[in-house]
Amino acid sequence: MPYQIIVCGGLAPDPLQTLEPVSSPAGPALKNEMMLPAVFDPWAGHALYEAAHLAKQHPGSSIKVVSLAPKAKLQQVMMTIAQKLPFELVPLDGPGGGFTDAASIAAVLADAIAAIPGLDKSQVLLFGGWESATRGAGTVMQMVGEKLGITEQFLAVDELTIDADGALVIKERVEGGQHQVSRCTAPPAVLAWATGNLSEPANHPQTGMANMRAMMPALQKAKPASLTSALTFADVSLPAVTRQTRIVKDVPAAEIAREIAEWIKQ
Amino acid sequence: MPATTSHSQRELLKTLPGDDIRQILWRFSDRYDLQMLVQSVRAVARGPVARLVAQGGRLSHDWTPEKNALLAEFDNAGITAAYLEPEEGGYLEGPKNLALSLIAFELAWVDAGAATGSLATHLGLAPIHERGTPEQRAHYMSLAAPAPGKETKRAAFALTEPIPYVGVETGILGGRVRIAEWPEGGEPILEVNKRGRFITNMGFANFVTAAVESDDPRIQGTCMVILEETDPGIFDRGTPTRKLVHQLSSTSDPVFQLRVPASRIVGGYEVKDGKIIPTFDHSTVIEAVFRRTRVGVGLMTSAKLLSAIEPLIRYHRDRFRGSGVVVPGSPRYELGLQQKEDVTHRLLDVWAAGEASASLGFTTARLFDQLDPIEKQKDQALAELGIKGGMAAYKALRKRNAEAVEFLDLQGRAEALRNKVRYAALSADPIVQYIVLDAQANVLCPATKLWNTGHGNVMMREAVSLMGGYGITEDCPGFLSFKWMDSQLEATYEGPEAVQRRQLSVTMNSEVFLAQFRNWIHEMRIVASHDPGTGACTLASAMHLWLWTVEHLQQAKDEFGQKLYQSNRQGVTFPMADALCWLLASRSQILDVQHLRHEGGASIQEGFEGSVNFLTDLCHVHAARAAGEVSRICSELVFGYLRHPSWDRAEECESCFKEEELQQIEGIVPGASSFTSDFYREDGTHATKAGPCVRAPGLADFTKLRSKLDGCLSGALLAKDRAAESIQKVMIPAALDYPL
Repeated sequence: MPYQIIVCGGLAPDPLQTLEPVSSPAGPALKNEMMLPAVFDPWAGHALYEAAHLAKQHPGSSIKVVSLAPKAKLQQVMMTIAQKLPFELVPLDGPGGGFTDAASIAAVLADAIAAIPGLDKSQVLLFGGWESATRGAGTVMQMVGEKLGITEQFLAVDELTIDADGALVIKERVEGGQHQVSRCTAPPAVLAWATGNLSEPANHPQTGMANMRAMMPALQKAKPASLTSALTFADVSLPAVTRQTRIVKDVPAAEIAREIAEWIKQ
Repeated sequence: MPATTSHSQRELLKTLPGDDIRQILWRFSDRYDLQMLVQSVRAVARGPVARLVAQGGRLSHDWTPEKNALLAEFDNAGITAAYLEPEEGGYLEGPKNLALSLIAFELAWVDAGAATGSLATHLGLAPIHERGTPEQRAHYMSLAAPAPGKETKRAAFALTEPIPYVGVETGILGGRVRIAEWPEGGEPILEVNKRGRFITNMGFANFVTAAVESDDPRIQGTCMVILEETDPGIFDRGTPTRKLVHQLSSTSDPVFQLRVPASRIVGGYEVKDGKIIPTFDHSTVIEAVFRRTRVGVGLMTSAKLLSAIEPLIRYHRDRFRGSGVVVPGSPRYELGLQQKEDVTHRLLDVWAAGEASASLGFTTARLFDQLDPIEKQKDQALAELGIKGGMAAYKALRKRNAEAVEFLDLQGRAEALRNKVRYAALSADPIVQYIVLDAQANVLCPATKLWNTGHGNVMMREAVSLMGGYGITEDCPGFLSFKWMDSQLEATYEGPEAVQRRQLSVTMNSEVFLAQFRNWIHEMRIVASHDPGTGACTLASAMHLWLWTVEHLQQAKDEFGQKLYQSNRQGVTFPMADALCWLLASRSQILDVQHLRHEGGASIQEGFEGSVNFLTDLCHVHAARAAGEVSRICSELVFGYLRHPSWDRAEECESCFKEEELQQIEGIVPGASSFTSDFYREDGTHATKAGPCVRAPGLADFTKLRSKLDGCLSGALLAKDRAAESIQKVMIPAALDYPL
């Protein structure tokens, strides 16, 4: 059967940038945040690539990406993502950092999804990242599902297959490196992805051109999302452990593993 | 704490200029196709290409499987198909000069060999694209288009020959073509013999466009011919060239001895009186090809300069961190070497050169995008007049030069003072517009190739030196030492510096270009009047000095009565070409920043003012440097061919006073002798000095212009101080986005 796959995915600052928390009139922010390059949130990225794979296997399926982020940044990021697979963008202009309230974001996303014309809930698979690279509350997808009335929810998903009866067979991460396998007879369902197991699709410029023809007008028309939240931050700071980078070449994997093990023991 | 001589109240640069700024500066903010291309090429450059360089891929001359794997990456990123039309398997509509330039820029940001490999594929196809028959274009372009389930066929361009050193004299060809068979009523079969030297892409090319000369009375002149690897005969890829640079491109010395049908002659042929007359000789083909591809090469060096900024700032700031004695919070810890003005000022020179050369290169690329459709309209207009091409077209265009000059004259006037009807008519005339743009392209293209690579190479050395001993190691962040060496090749291939200077020395003297240049001086004066801190005033004065000098040199003669500005007097013409390049680069830089100032505010939400301030200061710094170069060159040429005065020539002493006369004058008007020139004593001898002071009748205007230019330098070093403060404070990423 064809699926209507909706992927919720935001942006994260490029992790190679210098990320320095600062106070702004609107609350905490990152220094020069609007000037820093952004990337598609890697957790949502896994969800998107899994969606592409699923849609390819089931002709007639469609992918819509619902994204809440500053639209100028979103446009920049789409220049890369749009070349990976065919999809339609539903942009929501709003803050993209980690200092937002998960509940208010979930509300905005759910409203936008509910407003998608022609949505057939019996075909809907709601994908997204289990967590995010910005703050990682790990709660947004569940709330979006609840607001849309989708109660079949799977978290930390690593694999989805469709069996011969059309049921969804889902592997979720559980403790101890184990997976829990579930069987869901039919959509709708929420799948919040961990890393999945598919690599990034190869670039395809022609797909990018086709996507952007529709995305550019959508981005220009994107309306500001109204986030309402009583959330306040008492304090924000960088993680206490600073990164210690050592550049080495030609070191065997076994040697690297031994060194990491020793470090953990310390 | 920061040791800076500037205490600017203006907003400083907050982060290094990102894509949002670059897209506006280089005018593709409205082109999402190009923005996507940039992102996909960047992913290849800073991913697979950078990893291969870091893993030592440059250490082999051979075309290795690892290097070959990059070709598939190029295909996926859309690099290979970027040159093709949509109906041929491409995806970009319209002219592609800016697109190819952006590809070259992004790849060369990491490794110029990779950029050369990609450009060489386009170069191999370019003869077919520019001058091929419709059938040739349809066939070979489609072969070169990547598509699922199909092997991409790749092209090489074979011009250079071993005669006897590496390099090419494009007018002389050793490659030969003769008729092997000519069946009655059938198509002639040609035998092609060609030995190539330094041919890029030969490690994997499936077909080659080769320049050859007739070795048969039944074939006229020279032509380019398409050779395929499956043609009967020898298609020997040859031994890899032992080059020291650009090792991620495949270069070798191939040997071809093949039989091919005459339909492989690029552009086709006709048979007249039993003789094959190629539609285009090889010179016509390569002129059309190189004219465009040289721009990309110039931009490769620009990319290197700009790519050096981030690793240099990081190196300078972090220089003393990690030492137990330098504690966090201390100036040494926070600023490192940036405490020293020399470090920040030298880095600014590198940065300003990078900005100026990138602006010049992208200006030229956009100009070619503008020129391409007008060239087609011009060809059509000439065809309607029954003029096919070659000398007839040249003569027809030349007759219209006066109208092009008239158009430029009208363009340079205020709208109220313009004959609007005439201006509209000339604006709508494709031949006039072609002449105007062509005159610019004939200057901007060699200027980009010459200045970007030549001066870029000098500044890359500066960048390497700013990295200290680290700079000349393989581990240097940003691969700076590789980039420095690579830039020397960029200054050489596709026409070395002398070739570009030679072309400039001719084209910069065209009446159409000089008319355009006058308008550009006026344009800079207008910019200066609105935004005086841009360096536009300095630049306009330097442009005026150059123009005066070039006009003066046309008439001037040396001590021996020999004309100064003439073809073989390259000691005169070449420095003037160099001087012009400085001006053009600075002009492009200023115009780009002006465009950003006026167009960027609406879309850039944060840090806009600081970015514009900083880039404006860079313009000013660079304009001053350009003015200095122009001033030096012009003064040398204007005065350098005058005989130095000496006491042994009587006419030099005509204005000298007698010592006795001088004493009498001094007795009447004390101090008056200081206003007189030289004097001689009773015995006829002069004061002990080198000789009489130089008098230069007729050069007073030059002296005034130069003096004015000196004054126009005011503020340039204040701009440098301000920019240096930005360099100390700008936020840079935590790590380079490609591996070491």
